Amino acid sequence: MISAAISAGGSAAPITFLDVHVGFDEGEILKGISFQVLSRETLVLLGETGTGKTLALKLAAGLLQPLNGTVNVLGKDVSEMRERELLEFRRQIGFVFQEGALFDSMTVADNVAYRLREERADEQEIEERVREALRFVELEHTLELFPPELSGGMRRRVSIARALINRPPIVLYDSPTAGLDPVTSQTIISLILRLRDVYGVTAMLATHRLQDGFAMANYRFDPQAKRVVRDAAGDAAKAAGTRFLVLRDGGVYFEGTPEEIANSQDTYLRRFLV
Amino acid sequence: MADTPLQIAGRDPKVEVPLTVREALSDSAKNIVAGVQSYADLALHSVTNLATGPRYFQDTLAQMDNIGVGSLPIILLSGFFIGAVMVLQTGSQFVRFGQTSLTGDVVSLALVRELGPAITGLLVAGRCASGMASELGSMLVTEQVDAMRAMGTDPSRKLVTPRVLATVLTFPLLVALSDFFGLLGGCLASVFSLRLDAVEFWRRSVDVLEFADLMQGFAKALVFGFILATVGCYKGLTVRGGTQGVGRATTQAVVVASVLIIVADTFLTKLSLYFANKLF
Repeated sequence: MISAAISAGGSAAPITFLDVHVGFDEGEILKGISFQVLSRETLVLLGETGTGKTLALKLAAGLLQPLNGTVNVLGKDVSEMRERELLEFRRQIGFVFQEGALFDSMTVADNVAYRLREERADEQEIEERVREALRFVELEHTLELFPPELSGGMRRRVSIARALINRPPIVLYDSPTAGLDPVTSQTIISLILRLRDVYGVTAMLATHRLQDGFAMANYRFDPQAKRVVRDAAGDAAKAAGTRFLVLRDGGVYFEGTPEEIANSQDTYLRRFLV
Repeated sequence: MADTPLQIAGRDPKVEVPLTVREALSDSAKNIVAGVQSYADLALHSVTNLATGPRYFQDTLAQMDNIGVGSLPIILLSGFFIGAVMVLQTGSQFVRFGQTSLTGDVVSLALVRELGPAITGLLVAGRCASGMASELGSMLVTEQVDAMRAMGTDPSRKLVTPRVLATVLTFPLLVALSDFFGLLGGCLASVFSLRLDAVEFWRRSVDVLEFADLMQGFAKALVFGFILATVGCYKGLTVRGGTQGVGRATTQAVVVASVLIIVADTFLTKLSLYFANKLF
C-alpha cells in the first residue's frame, strides 16, 4: 500500500525507498521497505539492534546496493549508479557514523578539512571553513589534536563538523548518541537541532532511543537566543517535520508523527516508551 | 512469556543445518575462486588508477618514506650479515679445492640474482605487508574506509595505489642497497676469515656480473614489491570479524605474501634464464 502511494506520488521527496530488499549470507535483513523523507524533514529510524537502521542509511548514501527495489536520493536512482558516479554524488550527503569514524592518523582540523582538500579548495578558505564548522560544534580549541585524544562525545561532534563542512542538503546520522552519557547525548541532539534549524537539512536519524526522536520533535534552535528551546505547542516539529519509522523483522512496523507514536497502544511500540 | 523490555533483544535461535562434505568442499572452492578474483580486481585497479585522476602524490611520498626509509635498517643489517655468512659457508668449501678466490664470484651472483631480492622481499613482507594489512584492516573495522567513500573518495585510489606504487618504486632501491651491503659483508668476511685481498674480492664480484644478472635481480624486485603491497592491501581491506580479524589478516598477509614471493621467484628465475639466453 505504501509502495503504491509512493509510486503514485512520484519522486519529489529528497529520499525515497521503494520496496527495498537487502540481505547477506545469513539472510535478508530488509524485506521490501518503502518510505519517503520530505524536504527539510527529519525521519527518525527506530528499531532494535540488527533491524537494518544502519543499512537503510548506507543505502541512502549509496554505500550499499539493494538486492531489489529502488533508492532514489536527490532525484537520482542510487541503486543503479556505478561507484564512480556515486563518489561524486556522495559529496552532497553528510554521513555521521556511529563511532565518528574519524581518520585517527589525521588531526581534527585535517579530518574536518578532508572533503574540501579532496575538492582542491583554496587553503585559506579551508582554514576559515574548518574553524567555522568546529566553532559550530564548540570544539575550535581541538584543531591540532588527534581523534584518540578526544572523548567519545567530542569525536561525534567532530564527525558532525566534518559532515557539515560543505553544507550538504542531506545529513544521515547513525546512532549519534549510542554509548554516550545523557548530558553528552543532549549536546549531540542540540547540535543536530541547530543543523536542522540553521541550515535546513533533510535528515535521517537512526537511533534506538525514542527520547532522541522526541527531542527533535519538541525542541527547536532559537537563533535570537542562540540556544535550544522547548516548543510546547509542537510547532517546531510540524514546521521542520519530524516523523518516526520503526523497523521490525525486515519491514516497516510503524510510520507516523511523534504524537501518533506517543499515543500508540501497540505493545511493541510501548516498549520503546519505557 | 512475560512482556518485558528484555524481550526486545531476544531472537529465535537459528537452527544450524550441518553441511555435507560435498557442500563444504564446494563452498570452500567457491570462496577460493572469489578470493582470487577479488585480489586480481584490486591488483588491476591499483595499476589502472594511475591512468586517471585523482592521484595522491603526497600519500605516495609518505608511503615511500615509510616503506623505503623505514625498512633501511633491517635491510642493510640483514644484507650485510647474509653476505658475510655466504662467504663463510662457500669459502669453507672452496678451501678444500684451493679455489677461495672464486668466493667473490659466487657470493656476488647469488646475492644479485637471488638472495638480495628474495631476502629483501621476505623481510619487507614481514614489515610492510603486515603493516598495510593491520592499518587498512583497522580503518575498515572502525568504518574509516566507509567514511572515506561517504565523502566521495575512492579507497582504492587513496589507500591502495599509493602503497603499491611506493613499494614498487622503492623496492628495487632497497634490493640494490641490500646487494651492496651483502658484498660489503662478504668482503669483510673474506678478508678476515679467508685472508683474501679486499680489492681482488671486489674486482671479481663486480666483473662476474652481467647485464642479465642485474636485470634478473631488479625484475624480481619489481614483481616482489607488487606482490607484497597488493597482498597487504587486499588482506587489510577484506578483514572480517573486528579486531580479532585484523590480527588474523595481518598474519595471513605475511604468510601469503612470503609464499607468493617464493613461488614467483621460481618462475621468474626460469623466465629470466630463458630470456638471458635468448637476448643477451
